[in-house]
Amino acid sequence: MVRLADLPEWEREHMLGKIPNLPDFGIKAWVNGGRLAQRRVAIVTTAGLHLRSDRPFGQGAARCDYRVLPRGTPAADIVMTQLSTNFDRSGFQQDINVAFPIDRLNELATAGVIGSVADFHYSFMGAGSPVTRMEDKAREVAGLLKKDKVDAVLLTPV
Amino acid sequence: MREHAEAIRPPRSLWVPFVLGRPLGVPNDAAFQRRVVESALALLERPAGPVLEDYPEEAPAPEIDGDQEGMACPISFAADMSKATLLERVEAEISQLRVWHELAVQQRGRTATGVSGLSFEEAAAFAAARAEGRPLPPSRDDILPVDVLRLACDELKTFYSEAVMAQPGIHTVESIQDWFWGQTAAGELLFALHACTLKSADALEKHFAVNNLVPRRIRHTIGGESS
Repeated sequence: MVRLADLPEWEREHMLGKIPNLPDFGIKAWVNGGRLAQRRVAIVTTAGLHLRSDRPFGQGAARCDYRVLPRGTPAADIVMTQLSTNFDRSGFQQDINVAFPIDRLNELATAGVIGSVADFHYSFMGAGSPVTRMEDKAREVAGLLKKDKVDAVLLTPV
Repeated sequence: MREHAEAIRPPRSLWVPFVLGRPLGVPNDAAFQRRVVESALALLERPAGPVLEDYPEEAPAPEIDGDQEGMACPISFAADMSKATLLERVEAEISQLRVWHELAVQQRGRTATGVSGLSFEEAAAFAAARAEGRPLPPSRDDILPVDVLRLACDELKTFYSEAVMAQPGIHTVESIQDWFWGQTAAGELLFALHACTLKSADALEKHFAVNNLVPRRIRHTIGGESS
């Protein structure tokens, strides 16, 4: 479980050691939007997912890259090349929705809970610090989301 | 981590009490996943923030029977492997597990393997060569050699994980990891690779050894690493 109190001391120290390098977005990032039933929703994950035909994530400059996951991509064509070895992958191996809940979004759109599902979703490779190194690429993705008329994003970190 | 969300203060976040790697909680449980997604999306309609809310539902614990067999040692060799090399033992494991892996692919209609461009035997040989101190041969020109090595290792981990999950019995996140690293020749091979690459003069390869090969939990348990 991702509770600090449940972790062994060495893991607790590791997790707490990341905090000084984290950015603080704070209240300035707040934006109100329309009703959920009218929103167009995309997923952005840090699970290091990409199409089987894409170049895998890697070290060096490639750490800040992102990959595009078009809506309608079969689950069999989505793979994971996250660098971190410190999270469970057996869940993803059984069901991509445990990290990339695209089937759930499609169901919610059909049920009218959300307005629609974006045509394109995105994955970063979230391992490493500081996360601010991804800002340029994150702004690039934000621009692409706007062009897809997305006004709600579900972030799924692993 | 809740503490990370408290520090970053994103506009709206739902803290979930699940294992890292499973932000939606439970694989193959659409109803459970849907409750998590709906709870997260509901935060979009809050009028003021930042909002950091705790998701109240735990992922169900696996129902482990006390008589459960098969979690401890799913691989047993009929042939005498006592004189075999480590690579030969890994190849024998791959051969024995292949039927389970094929069953897993058949059941799920997909596999997370096949990313490195290497067969499982080639991935094992690639890792074994480096574990024996030989330099990495040129392989792919689209990614760094150290990333080919990482993908080869991940290929083995994924193959073993997918194969063992197809076997009868309950397989937890921890039991799969403990079995791979504690009871298989492939785990032994990757520990050997870890020992070799930790001493590497190549900064990226050393980074791989320190951060991307053996999970911290395994290094501190089976690996016997202290803080």
